[in-house]
Amino acid sequence: MSILLNKNSRIIVQGITGEEGLFHTTNMIKYGSVIIGGTSPGKGGEWVMNGKLPVFDSLKLAVEASGANTSVIFVPARHAADAMLEAVDAGIPLVVCITEGIPIHDMMKVKVYADQKGTRIIGPNCPGIITPGESKAGIIPGNITLPGSIGVVSRSGTLTYEMLFALKQQGLGTSTCVGIGGDPIIGTDFVQILSLFEADPHTEKIVMIGEIGGQDEERAAEFISSSMTKPVFAFIAGISSPPGKRMGHAGAIIEGSHGNAASKIANLENAGVKIGHNPEELAASLK
Amino acid sequence: MKLHEYQSKQILSRYGIQIPRGRVALTANEAKQISEELGTDVIIKSQVLIGGRGKAGGIRLAKNPREAEDLATSILSMDIKGLPVRKVLVDEAINFSREIYLAIANNRITATPSIIASASGGMNIEEVAQSSPEKIIAEDIHPLLGLRDYQIRDLASSIDLPHSFWKQFMQISRALWQLFRDQDASLAEINPLVISSDNELLALDAKITIDDNALFRHPELNELRDPDAEDPTETEARKYGLSYIKLDGKIGCLVNGAGLAMAIMDMIEYYGGQPANFLDIGGGASSEKVAAAMRIILNDPSVNCILINIFGGITRCDEVARGVTQVLAEMDHPVSIIARLVGTNAQAGKDTLQHEDIHSVETLTEAAKKAVEISAGRTA
Repeated sequence: MSILLNKNSRIIVQGITGEEGLFHTTNMIKYGSVIIGGTSPGKGGEWVMNGKLPVFDSLKLAVEASGANTSVIFVPARHAADAMLEAVDAGIPLVVCITEGIPIHDMMKVKVYADQKGTRIIGPNCPGIITPGESKAGIIPGNITLPGSIGVVSRSGTLTYEMLFALKQQGLGTSTCVGIGGDPIIGTDFVQILSLFEADPHTEKIVMIGEIGGQDEERAAEFISSSMTKPVFAFIAGISSPPGKRMGHAGAIIEGSHGNAASKIANLENAGVKIGHNPEELAASLK
Repeated sequence: MKLHEYQSKQILSRYGIQIPRGRVALTANEAKQISEELGTDVIIKSQVLIGGRGKAGGIRLAKNPREAEDLATSILSMDIKGLPVRKVLVDEAINFSREIYLAIANNRITATPSIIASASGGMNIEEVAQSSPEKIIAEDIHPLLGLRDYQIRDLASSIDLPHSFWKQFMQISRALWQLFRDQDASLAEINPLVISSDNELLALDAKITIDDNALFRHPELNELRDPDAEDPTETEARKYGLSYIKLDGKIGCLVNGAGLAMAIMDMIEYYGGQPANFLDIGGGASSEKVAAAMRIILNDPSVNCILINIFGGITRCDEVARGVTQVLAEMDHPVSIIARLVGTNAQAGKDTLQHEDIHSVETLTEAAKKAVEISAGRTA
């Protein structure tokens, strides 16, 4: 029914004792995610969530005690690279980094190390993953999406929520939604997620939300045209954004002749992708 | 954060890369003194954070201290592409036989830094990349292994650098990489790197950009920030944790999330309107932060209506609504507001926004269409 995350995923929260960590852990548990505990250096041995969840000093200890196979990171930016590397070395196969504002040099090192060790990192600066009706790892609101057969992959946060909500308004459900993050360097790109959706028997159509900056959408277009059989629908944000201005996300900037929305849209259309002018129109066209 | 040429060259010099003798001057009189001290022809260079200084007349050669003073006077009174010239760099003029381009930059395509060299130094590298991409040689730098000596030799060979300069080129490239890494740069560029008539490699001009996300590790660099480089409203917005960019249209936008804010701007244009700004209030914004955002939008005299689109997750719609009404109460001439609140506490938010100047809408499409209509004066 899904990619990456399902009801059997055993999630550990890195940075569980912070305000964000606690808030979103509560929401993940409410949604039905299996959270087995968290880490917070110096607070090992404590318990959170009314004494229901153990806190560990290190991820290694947490994994030994609980068999976690997914980590969600809420650690502040200056410590987030360390948290990701800790997760890689603890042998966690799937790491979801929500944290925004990580230095790019840190992320380049983390990425090359994680790739080498075979760890999949989602993010950073992302809303995480949700498999409706089963589990969520991150901060995507649970009530805006239904279980279904549409795979959603996005570089954005609230724009992703708009997309899920618009699909729900049409009575359409989602197999899995993956927010891959708005930073210039991210652990997992469109192509990798598209190939997982292509292989997932329960995903029938795919919606992709891109934005200005980088070449990720162009590479996705190439992959779609060469290797995908399932229909792909896309919305690309930023067609009205001026070049040289960073539109909030560290990755959303048109630099030189690269990264503008028009070329992304043209590439995707040439690959047979249906482009929507807004999430509502796109959702309606999927019916 | 972009650093000025003089700041960038000071950093290069700290890493052992040779730069021309010279200093920065705030007044024409200082420029004259520096010229006297140097005792050579000097180049007076405006220090503004924008390209095209030379074409704008902001870089001039002076033959003597008096000329240096005159030219500095004229350059210090210039505006280059809207940026006032507040400082000039006074450098000794260097005779050279060849110009090279050398830079290290983060490459988001390969997710590594790349070192880039070209025999076509002194030119705008973007233009060279367009017109003759074969003249640009790039090597990806492994983030954990760092720049290797063989890569530097490959560059030297590719740009036909005579062997007699390889040792110097090696030292400069290593230093540039060290600096790039230490300072969390996203760009460290020497353009041109010249072979002087004394057969020395010298950095005549340089540009360093620091990753804003890494400035917490470099408080000393943060002090080099030039407030002129950014629109004052954008700086003001940043104080409140808001991400704001001024645009040319009439429809003010207040949105949570950067991607969504861009999408709203796109929809406004699609329906025939013009957004006045990009504004992302971020996640979980307080009413105070929203009020600050409203004031920033309303300070723009061209704004004739405001589109508020909030998709509440960690952001609470009632909190946003409180911030909006707070500002409405202060205003003499209220502008029309189109509000779409969805998600966390949306109903409470809508109840708060009951006001004759506020149009509540349900969908994104309605929101964009309504804003365009109202802004164009097609409906009251």
